[in-house]
Amino acid sequence: MVMLFINGLEVSVEEGTTLLEASRFYGFPIPTLCHMEGLSPYGACRLCVVEIGEGSKAKLVTSCTYPTLEGLRVRTASSRVVNARKMILELLLASCPQSKTIQDLASAYDVRQQRFKQEYEDCILCGRCIRVCEEQMMAKAIGFRGRGKKRDLGTPFDLHSEVCRLCGACLYVCPACQLRCTYTTPEEAICGGCANLSPPCLKKEGFEDMMCFMEPCVACETKKD
Amino acid sequence: MERLKSIHEFERLQERLVIDRDPNVPTIVIPAGTCGQASGANDLIRVTKRELLNKKWVDKIHLRITGCNGFCQMEPSVLIEPQRTFYPKVSPKDMIRIVDALAKDQVLEGLLYVDPRTGSPIEKQEAIPFFKSQVRTILSRNEKIDPIRITHYIENGGYSAMAKMLALGKPEWVLEEVKTSGLRGRGGAGFPTGLKWEMLARQPNGHGKVLVCNGDEGDPGAYMDRSVLEGNPHSIIEGMIIGAYGTGASEGVFYVRNEYPLAIKHLLIALRQARELGLLGEHILGTSLSFEIRLVRGAGAFVCGEETALMRSIEGKMGEPGQRPPFPVQKGIDGRPTLINNIETWANIPIIIGSGAQDFAKIGTKQNAGTKIFSLVGKIKNTGLIEVPMGMTIKEIVDEIGGGPATDAKLKAVQTGGPSGGCIPTNLFDLGIDYESLTQAGSIMGSGGLIVMDEKTCMVDIAKYFMNFLQEESCGKCFPCRKGTQRMYEILDDITTGRGTLESLDLLEELATTVKDTTLCGLGQTAPNPVLSTLRYFRNEYLEHILHKRCPGGVCKELITYSINQNCTGCHVCLRNCTVEAITGTKKEIHRIDPAKCIKCGFCRSLCKFNAIDVI
Repeated sequence: MVMLFINGLEVSVEEGTTLLEASRFYGFPIPTLCHMEGLSPYGACRLCVVEIGEGSKAKLVTSCTYPTLEGLRVRTASSRVVNARKMILELLLASCPQSKTIQDLASAYDVRQQRFKQEYEDCILCGRCIRVCEEQMMAKAIGFRGRGKKRDLGTPFDLHSEVCRLCGACLYVCPACQLRCTYTTPEEAICGGCANLSPPCLKKEGFEDMMCFMEPCVACETKKD
Repeated sequence: MERLKSIHEFERLQERLVIDRDPNVPTIVIPAGTCGQASGANDLIRVTKRELLNKKWVDKIHLRITGCNGFCQMEPSVLIEPQRTFYPKVSPKDMIRIVDALAKDQVLEGLLYVDPRTGSPIEKQEAIPFFKSQVRTILSRNEKIDPIRITHYIENGGYSAMAKMLALGKPEWVLEEVKTSGLRGRGGAGFPTGLKWEMLARQPNGHGKVLVCNGDEGDPGAYMDRSVLEGNPHSIIEGMIIGAYGTGASEGVFYVRNEYPLAIKHLLIALRQARELGLLGEHILGTSLSFEIRLVRGAGAFVCGEETALMRSIEGKMGEPGQRPPFPVQKGIDGRPTLINNIETWANIPIIIGSGAQDFAKIGTKQNAGTKIFSLVGKIKNTGLIEVPMGMTIKEIVDEIGGGPATDAKLKAVQTGGPSGGCIPTNLFDLGIDYESLTQAGSIMGSGGLIVMDEKTCMVDIAKYFMNFLQEESCGKCFPCRKGTQRMYEILDDITTGRGTLESLDLLEELATTVKDTTLCGLGQTAPNPVLSTLRYFRNEYLEHILHKRCPGGVCKELITYSINQNCTGCHVCLRNCTVEAITGTKKEIHRIDPAKCIKCGFCRSLCKFNAIDVI
């Protein structure tokens, strides 16, 4: 067992537990986007940052990837942590405003403004789809490509991958694209449904038969008729 | 050459090589690193060889082709030994004269380096101000060695540190020496090397430990590691063998970027020669030490210089940093304990072991022992690679070695540490360069780039340039780094084009702090440094851009206009050369620039001999 302090509370957890698991177990909420139970932690969205260490050595680390260490002092909601999360949420809102998940998180953290140039991207490159494809579906059909602002994800050469079984797990785990039936403006509130159901990250050709997890979906049924 | 089977055989070989060499034979030394070759050293080599062969002086005069000597601005240069005469910027025609003069034991006064301050020629290399204030423990070996000949390295004392260590037979002694020397990692962060080695030595030796030489030098304007690897690859190999003995590692990996073809070529030759001589491989010099080194070429991603990303790249995966802890020393390449040091750090090791840790610790300051190589570039007279003791002030470096500002414009700042570093203003030029003081000043040591900037540089534009570099070179894994650098660039771009507001300045600062706080690796954590340090020292320039829509440096095109003042003599030079025909006027009368047509390329200003073109 490892003994550590979370927000001043002395707790003990099993060795190999991450800070996120420990904090959540003891009832300290931590927001996440790229984390998903059953997938290996990745630490891309950085929303789950917590503060560790004291004085000038205090620093922020992602709780989803950081191991619990003996005697560690963790603060899950210090002002430094909250300010950082707010800024990340503002950045997320600026890039991906349609996502219900991101809207809800921003609202929960009282982020009321977005001061950057508005973009409308579908993907936040959290890597959940890639990890579910590799770790749970054993397919490795998609992966990251490029770096910096040119980074994106998809199948090799954007061709239909032979190892892709069209299982749709990548769509199912995506935290950013819950937009389909929940548009924000009234005139778009009609379910766009499966009209939009091409994974935002993949080319549409070759993926027509992608399985749909959005059931029941009227639009889909109508299209079939 | 035959494989050496014992330490004794090695020592005999070394003795023989030293005896065979006659130090009094005149030798022409031509530095032909990448910088030398680019400025024409290959032509000089060709001419020299032809002359020596035609005139049958091959035995009388020797030729040695070496790596870079550091004074890159004066390339292609020639050094004559043993007289140590230095000829800068030699043309192939001059080369013929130099060879002839050397045969007669004469010095060509007209071709010597002229001190721009005194106007008098200087003959000896050591007397040139650029070299005088340096302490060249690593770089001075470059000019003695032809990098593709292992015998040159051995006859200059190479591999004797390794032989000394093997003869002593105590790995703990190696660790102790490196610790006593006070050497700190030259890659930028400055972690004590001895401590790192000891941590690796303590790791259980399950599937073998790995040593890595980080040769992924990616900072714009920095090339010291390339020069060391090109000019003296054996010193790094020797350093790694010593490291292997001290820490119990069995495998070494060179990670060198593929953009360094000459360095890779020299390294491969060096590895082959060391292997043939029995200095690498199984049972080195007949001892129990076995160590093998392989080369991995990097594809040129800046982030792969970060150690966790570098390890993933070596494993054949995408170069993306990972979580620490576990640290590489605990769990590195393929799960094996891994130690990563930079090229310069490894190059220091044979010096420490060879001449003693105490001697090494005497150079530099107490917390920062030894020398550091910097690439000194920008708006100063002498640019090139310099090696100075730690703790030397920026002022000394810029004024004495760099020779002061290149033009009439006053100096404004020096940028250290590449894209992750910051700008230090002139009023802090008394700062001694070491890891702590640079960090305190809001910059970092980094791998060692020093870019000197004068009044005609716009600090906002500099921050924008580095942010553009970083938004492309961030790996993109951490959202705040990928989007944060992009957003910072957007805000800086707004400011330089006159669209900035005071609110955007606050946002920029807020964002920079978040990026620094929340990102995973060194790249992200230091990415906001160019912004934060320029905001700290040059806030006025930002405000000038935002409030008065003016660029004090005269760089930001949207905010400046070109005009012609009373100094104009009407010589027509600008008029004839303007590519968009924006300049009008009759001969011998003051010309005019049509602001509607002017594309602000600055060509007229660079051509005008009368200082008649203003930028406001």
